[in-house]
Amino acid sequence: MTRTLVIGGGPAGLAAAWAAAQSGQAVTLLDDNPALGGQIWRGDIPARYRRFLDPRITVQTGVQIHSASQLPPADRIILATGTRELFLPFPGWTLPHVLGAGGLQALVKGGLPIAGKRVVVAGSGPLLLAVAAYLRRRGAKILLVAEQAPYPRIAAFTRGLWRHPAKLLEAAQLGFGLRYRPDSWPLRADPGSVTLQGHGVLRCDYLACGFGLVVNTELPELLGCRVENGRVLTDADQRTTVPHIFFAGAGSVDRSLLEGQIAGFGPERGRALHAARAAAVAFDRCIDIAFALRSELLSLTTPETIVCRCEDVPFGAIWPHRDWRSAKLQTRCGMGPCQGRICGPALAHLCGWPAASVRPPIFPTRLENLLDLRD
Amino acid sequence: MIPVTVNGTPLTVPPGTTVAAAVMRIQPAFRRSVTGESRGPLCGMGICMECRVTLNGHPHERSCQLLCAAGMEITTP
Ligand SMILES: Cc1cc2nc3c(=O)[nH]c(=O)nc-3n(C[C@H](O)[C@H](O)[C@H](O)COP(=O)(O)OP(=O)(O)OC[C@H]3O[C@@H](n4cnc5c(N)ncnc54)[C@H](O)[C@@H]3O)c2cc1C
Ligand code: FES
Repeated sequence: MTRTLVIGGGPAGLAAAWAAAQSGQAVTLLDDNPALGGQIWRGDIPARYRRFLDPRITVQTGVQIHSASQLPPADRIILATGTRELFLPFPGWTLPHVLGAGGLQALVKGGLPIAGKRVVVAGSGPLLLAVAAYLRRRGAKILLVAEQAPYPRIAAFTRGLWRHPAKLLEAAQLGFGLRYRPDSWPLRADPGSVTLQGHGVLRCDYLACGFGLVVNTELPELLGCRVENGRVLTDADQRTTVPHIFFAGAGSVDRSLLEGQIAGFGPERGRALHAARAAAVAFDRCIDIAFALRSELLSLTTPETIVCRCEDVPFGAIWPHRDWRSAKLQTRCGMGPCQGRICGPALAHLCGWPAASVRPPIFPTRLENLLDLRD
Repeated sequence: MIPVTVNGTPLTVPPGTTVAAAVMRIQPAFRRSVTGESRGPLCGMGICMECRVTLNGHPHERSCQLLCAAGMEITTP
């Protein structure tokens, strides 16, 4: 029996584990969250996808994979490690009332009361609308959704949605009654407020702010898979450059579900889903084009703005350096507990540096944990 | 409901509440940065490490990835 290990229990990993179990593989599914479902579902998997929880799958949650030696034996590995938000540093972004957009949503899903709170949602991408709609359902007062993308691009994208009636309906339902403002982005945050381009100062309890998503490429890279331009390279069967390792997901939900199934089923049965995946990939491209980050955002980060939150390194200390390596060694930027996961993508955007490669363990861990792995 | 304490203040939270959400019910700040700034959670998903707290005496626990359990003592610096 083929032993398949799936890492990541979001839409892609769940679909992959289910498809692999359906094809008679012995499947283990690992995720570091307390519950399955990934960033979008967080333990609350919609009824129509619960069939993915095939009882034959061995599930382990609360397990973080940070080195190759930790992996249980497997013939095939499917990585479905998903994405995180891109944060661009601007003055005041380190204040406690400034959180990620998906970050605030995750905390509310984790029991943070939000009813009656004034929230500004800002940054870029379709996630802003999903977060604003969710927080509003939970009783938050959404003062504004500030989207950096220019109005004509958003208008063109919305017109294009006529070809995807289900998505148009979803967008209309999410956006109904929300103040959505393109051409606007946070210039600075101060305690209890945010100043927005084209809008002025808004007093708020929370600023929920993210500038799109970046792929979690650390584990794939650690296992030797080739990564280019922030994406893990895969072939038509979702196979990475390492023959027994596959990568799926980190796109929209539809695409992630399809990629997961293709990886899980394997080449023969997976082929039937290639056309549907191509359509989902094409739709994701339209999103990337519509929400591409404007160049004005590059000047948000002032020399005094902290870029590395772990080590409090200001941007002015970093730009004399020509690359990550030199900045790291001289300023400790990216050397703190997040291991450059927050400042790395920000600096990649601000300075055009490719993110530095990872060394095991990819997450800081206690010595006891490392020793435990030996037996 | 689950009873916990945050810096000695008792509170009860519904099951499924993360430690980070419990702390935020009481106060916005979780830790002091290396230059002394007040910081709170950013990513909500276990990546940024800004939500670290001391849990039952264990320092540096990522509070956004952990669920409250009865009797937990949560402290922030
Ligand atoms: C914070 C956030 C909130 C989002 N909210 C929404 C939303 O409300 N609506 C929407 O349409 N889209 C949302 N998205 C986008 C959504 O995640 C994607 O569209 C899609 O669902 C990606 O699915 P996935 O399975 O590839 O990844 P994910 O859902 O991200 O799942 C990846 C899983 O892998 C786990 N993992 C990663 N690395 C490791 C490791 N080393 N060891 C063990 N486990 C690991 C993670 O904990 C996670 O559970 C959100 C994205 C983010 C980052
Ligand atoms: S909020 Fe980022 S790790 Fe917990």
